[in-house]
Amino acid sequence: MAASKKNSKRKFRGEVYIDQERCKGCGFCIEFCPTHVLALADSFNQKGYYPPVIADIEACTGCDLCGMYCPDFAIYGVKIRLDVVQEEANHEC
Amino acid sequence: MSKATNPVESYLRMDRMPSIWCPGCGIGIVVNCFARALQQMGVDHDELAVVSGIGCTGRIAGYVDIDSFHTTHGRPIPFATGLKVARPDLKVIVMSGEGDLVSIGGNHLIHAARRNSDVKVICVNNFTYAMTGGQAGPTAPRHSIATTAPYGSFDKPFNLPFLADSTGAVYVARWTTYHVRQLTRSMAEAMSKPGFCFIEVISPCPTIFSRRNRLGDGLDAMRYYKNSSKVVNGANTRMVGLDLNGPIIVGKFIDRDRPTLLEAMDEEIGSKLGKRYVPYATTGVQR
Repeated sequence: MAASKKNSKRKFRGEVYIDQERCKGCGFCIEFCPTHVLALADSFNQKGYYPPVIADIEACTGCDLCGMYCPDFAIYGVKIRLDVVQEEANHEC
Repeated sequence: MSKATNPVESYLRMDRMPSIWCPGCGIGIVVNCFARALQQMGVDHDELAVVSGIGCTGRIAGYVDIDSFHTTHGRPIPFATGLKVARPDLKVIVMSGEGDLVSIGGNHLIHAARRNSDVKVICVNNFTYAMTGGQAGPTAPRHSIATTAPYGSFDKPFNLPFLADSTGAVYVARWTTYHVRQLTRSMAEAMSKPGFCFIEVISPCPTIFSRRNRLGDGLDAMRYYKNSSKVVNGANTRMVGLDLNGPIIVGKFIDRDRPTLLEAMDEEIGSKLGKRYVPYATTGVQR
């Protein structure tokens, strides 16, 4: 536990889930992400839209604003507690 | 990547996705905020009903996994009022567009507000009749181009919060699709408040309104909302009219208390009939 506190003061880390085939490429999530986690993909999906891809997952706080802005329910963020993850890792050891 | 499911999926009919709405349309954001408001309140699917009319926004009734009506054009509020009278235990939410609620259904809107019928109206305002090809709607701003106004609209548009306020709504708010957190909170507040609540949501229409007026796509509209909107809670609704590309005043304008339709009926008839009258709003229909 002491080591995890030393490495990072963050209590949470973020995770973003993207359903690329459901995306219509409006770009709201990329524009309004407060920490600029997302970027436009280089390739298009089956319907011909360019979905978002994760460019910088380290910056993600899991605030889920991308999920609130998505008109097609194709993306959402979750907060993951770092101390819980760390404890689980310790138990496994 | 893990296969966790989107938290709003339990309130939506995901088998009908993708929705018919254009890329950059804001109606999906309104549905998203609505589902999140329900999730935050912890409302059960059986405690509420969604009624919508005709138009792009009228399609919402088909996408929510809640008992819903897709009514005839302009008539969601009479349907919702009847539903509320028959089932006073339900929360009844009307979600429709401004072309449905304010033009053909304008009379129903003002009279439901006057009688304080206990329905929650979420009016998505995109300034045009988008589904029928872009005719000038009742809120089309002056100088905006529409199919029926090729040289610019010259009619004075409706100021929807003022209309709802002056006819007696107990809760009036306006947000844009940029203000997702405020909109979610406002929906939750309206759903827990008895009486006629009116929330106007300004939404981009990239395919019709923005294209005809050369305003860019949905993202440009969202940037405009971000830069030009100002939150003034409790603002005088007379002053919150909209212009093409002008400032947008958003916020919660009105929050007051009045007896609802059923409460007023109980009070009036109960005072005349005494014990012979069984109060309706509290007991509801015996099923």
